[in-house]
Amino acid sequence: MRLLLDIAWTHIRGRRRQTLISITGVALGTGFFIAISALMAGSDADFIDRVVNATPHVAIKDEYREPPKQPAERVFADGAVALRGVKPKQELRGIRQAQARLTEIEEIAGLDVAPTLRGNAVARYSGRDVAVSILGVDPRRERHVSQVESDMTVGTLDSLYTTGNGIIIGTGLADKLGTRMGATLTLSSPAGTVMKMKVVGLFRSGIVQLDNTTTYALLKKVQVLQDKPNVINEIRIRLDNLDNAHDLARRLEARYGYRAESWDEVNEGLLETLVVRRKIMLSVVSAILLVAGFGIYNVVSTITYEKVRDIAILKSLGFEEIDIKFIFILEGFVIGLAGVVVGWALGYGLSAYLDGVEIDMKEFTAATSLPILYDITDYLIAAAFALGASTVAGFLPARKAARVNPVDIIRGAA
Amino acid sequence: MIGKTKTEEAPLIEARNVTRRLSGEIPVTLVHDIDLAIHRGEFTTITGPSGSGKSSLLYLLGLLDQPTEGTIFMDHIETSDLHEGDLARLRLTKLGFIFQFHFLLPEFTARENIMIPMRKLDRLHPAEMQARADEILAQLDISDHANKRPDQMSGGQRQRVAIARALANDPEVVLADESTGNLDSHNSEIVFDIFTKLAREDGRAVVAVTHERELADRADRKIHLVDGAIVSDN
Repeated sequence: MRLLLDIAWTHIRGRRRQTLISITGVALGTGFFIAISALMAGSDADFIDRVVNATPHVAIKDEYREPPKQPAERVFADGAVALRGVKPKQELRGIRQAQARLTEIEEIAGLDVAPTLRGNAVARYSGRDVAVSILGVDPRRERHVSQVESDMTVGTLDSLYTTGNGIIIGTGLADKLGTRMGATLTLSSPAGTVMKMKVVGLFRSGIVQLDNTTTYALLKKVQVLQDKPNVINEIRIRLDNLDNAHDLARRLEARYGYRAESWDEVNEGLLETLVVRRKIMLSVVSAILLVAGFGIYNVVSTITYEKVRDIAILKSLGFEEIDIKFIFILEGFVIGLAGVVVGWALGYGLSAYLDGVEIDMKEFTAATSLPILYDITDYLIAAAFALGASTVAGFLPARKAARVNPVDIIRGAA
Repeated sequence: MIGKTKTEEAPLIEARNVTRRLSGEIPVTLVHDIDLAIHRGEFTTITGPSGSGKSSLLYLLGLLDQPTEGTIFMDHIETSDLHEGDLARLRLTKLGFIFQFHFLLPEFTARENIMIPMRKLDRLHPAEMQARADEILAQLDISDHANKRPDQMSGGQRQRVAIARALANDPEVVLADESTGNLDSHNSEIVFDIFTKLAREDGRAVVAVTHERELADRADRKIHLVDGAIVSDN
């Protein structure tokens, strides 16, 4: 083994420039793979974190996944029933027996739960009208299910208790309205109620859509504004373990009949986009490594051609085909290994550099630097891919070398 | 050699009715109907005109090539059915090759070249391998060149290193293919002296292909080939 390594090493050393170019190729592929993976994974994690933290992990809404069936449809379940002129029953929207259900959910371990009345309104300030989403919340419970309290730049969540008709708005909305802390907005609901509300806090979630349109007020005040006394239309749940969200949502929906959405269901399209994005990145970087593999193939193939006489003589000395094959595969592997080690350093350096780059994407996110995720798995995947490509690149000429007939070469030399 | 003549002993290599043909559009017969036995302590030369099949016969005897018909026996082992790995093992343990060109690995020193077959066989400790390499270098009077690479030595010195490498694993048979073809008469004399010594003093079988009649005359046995067939063996 040591002998074969020595022979392989002398071959590599003999073609120093080509070997260095091949090592550079593998190093670039490996380095970019690691850096881009770190950037992609970092941005994915950052984005998911922001989305997950800004929304409940599970939300039970006062709606059904499928519209309820008419009695005639239930009776003739197997028949072809067509109903015309059905007049929908007017009922007050909201989750029935909300308090009892809240209490029941609260008994499940590993979660926090909060009632919400979500509605729409128009906020008016100094002649400017902006459509907003207003969430009626219970601050004591709300601080456990959302990040609004930690996202607040001015004021506190408890100010909703201490100030009559207090409202907390996003910084984006404040900019749009040209308002500030302590200003009084006029809110008009679709029910026709108009209410003066004082800005008691500002928040900045980092998600521009939320910061521009969302407001928080006390549940009782929003019930008055929306003309829905004692009604809540959403139960928001935050879990200790995110992974349980989907199962819990399915269980609660089955139990209560109301639509229960987990965070991953709400963001399904987004998550799929992230997966596609990652696959595209992997394809591009894999192509770089593939090109590097061709470089190694070129080097090993050239060495094989140059060393054909040595191969013949080694065979005459008693080396087997497998020894010859091993020498040249080893050459590909050694070049790949050197490329991986340099590539790791390059990848880490690039990641560290990107980590320090400042960005400004105010339309999309409030992040100020590129999110980088340092993950050892990326380094291992890059190494496995690069070493695999290098070994295959060495194998093809190695197989050819092993088949060299020593008699043909010795005769040719003579 | 006590109590038996060379020809009474079991041969180290035996070719029985060996023929080697190259297939192709026009098939070529390299050697045909060869019956030959090579014994220990015997210095044999193979002579003949160009294209008579001298080297082809040597490659067959050295298991580098396989006969199209007939069989080669190596120390009683029938080699026709052996796998490539087994043939390589026999070459490593029982045979030593010397070619017209030294064919030393250019990146390695003389000592390292000699140690390559030993390292492949892996029977000795590295220190023992080095000691043996130095011993062979001393026997061939090239100790001063132990640490030189082939491009730092003369043609005669390189060929002696090639002989040393052929002797590394103490083979019973030494096969030389036009090993003096690139040497001046002085170095050719030295090489043939070594071959004579290897056969007569060490008891090895030495088979040397040569086109130099004067050198061939120094051998114990002379085989003459014409058109791939043995025409004289004495």
